[in-house]
Amino acid sequence: MKVLFQNGKITLAFAATALTFASLCVAYQASSIPASRLINPDELVKILQSSRSEKPLIIQVGFHTLYAQAHIPGAEYIGPASSPSGLRQLRKRVESLPRNRFIVIYCGCCPWGHCPNMTPPDDALHGMGFSNVKALYIPNNFGADWVDKGYPVTKGE
Amino acid sequence: MSRRLFVVIGLIVVAAAFYLARRQRIAGSGGEVLQKTSTASPAPEFSLPTLTGEKLDLANYRGKVILLDFWATWCDPCREQIPHFVELQNKYRDQGLQLIGISMDDEPDPVRDFYRQFKMNYPVVMGNAKAGELYGGVLGLPIAFLIGRDGRIYYKHIGAGDLAVVESQIVSLLRQQGRFKDSGASSRTLQ
Repeated sequence: MKVLFQNGKITLAFAATALTFASLCVAYQASSIPASRLINPDELVKILQSSRSEKPLIIQVGFHTLYAQAHIPGAEYIGPASSPSGLRQLRKRVESLPRNRFIVIYCGCCPWGHCPNMTPPDDALHGMGFSNVKALYIPNNFGADWVDKGYPVTKGE
Repeated sequence: MSRRLFVVIGLIVVAAAFYLARRQRIAGSGGEVLQKTSTASPAPEFSLPTLTGEKLDLANYRGKVILLDFWATWCDPCREQIPHFVELQNKYRDQGLQLIGISMDDEPDPVRDFYRQFKMNYPVVMGNAKAGELYGGVLGLPIAFLIGRDGRIYYKHIGAGDLAVVESQIVSLLRQQGRFKDSGASSRTLQ
């Protein structure tokens, strides 16, 4: 530690290493989807209600009973994307689509930092070459952050 | 002086990194939303299949204090709660507490595996959209309801609950609505 404080270059190197380590730690604690690939509910609602905007393919990647009780109108269900079968269904659904297709994935099963269903499909879609994918940022759950806000919903299988 | 300045700058950079990353991380950290149901409405009855295929009717548990837990095997907060629910069941079974789990998994096989692995000691049924709608919409997990011996809903926990609070509510309901042997257990917090 004495060396650290005596040598400015070593100190800066230590700070840079600590900064990198801190960032990695936090990235593993929560969903690793970067902020630039997120879309907030109010932003998505504006797009859906606009006559001008390109409408996204919306895919619910959570659990089916949630989808059946309430989902975003037009959203498709492919199965929990934390499961291999869910990811298979997702890949199958999108494989023929142009890679610049606007796609929004969402879950809303549980608080964002605990949701297991968002990072895998986001990674899968980017791995397949899709360049216009957004993850709907739902901080708490679909009920609190979408339905209770009065945003459009529909029911059914 | 310049060396000390480097150290100070380095520490500020590290602190700023943690702060900014935490802000980016999350707005909802899963804190509990607790609602005391002021009107204590009757708990909707249901008949759902257990993991062994039999039907479980909520009506058959009238007279018990019921902790009804909507959960799923892949839901981390749910998984964290369940061992504590197992403890609660053991602790208060003789006093009239009955836990019932309603799994919102798409398939029963992972639920059976989970049941065995976690040595669950209360019945689990496979839920569906209708069951969720009966209880006001289960649009996130976990959600738990505390139902009194009179069949009415007294508390609703949205998200992972403070288990000490849950236990105190259970004890309160057990006391209010039936014979409860107070061994001082209610003053201890589940670990």
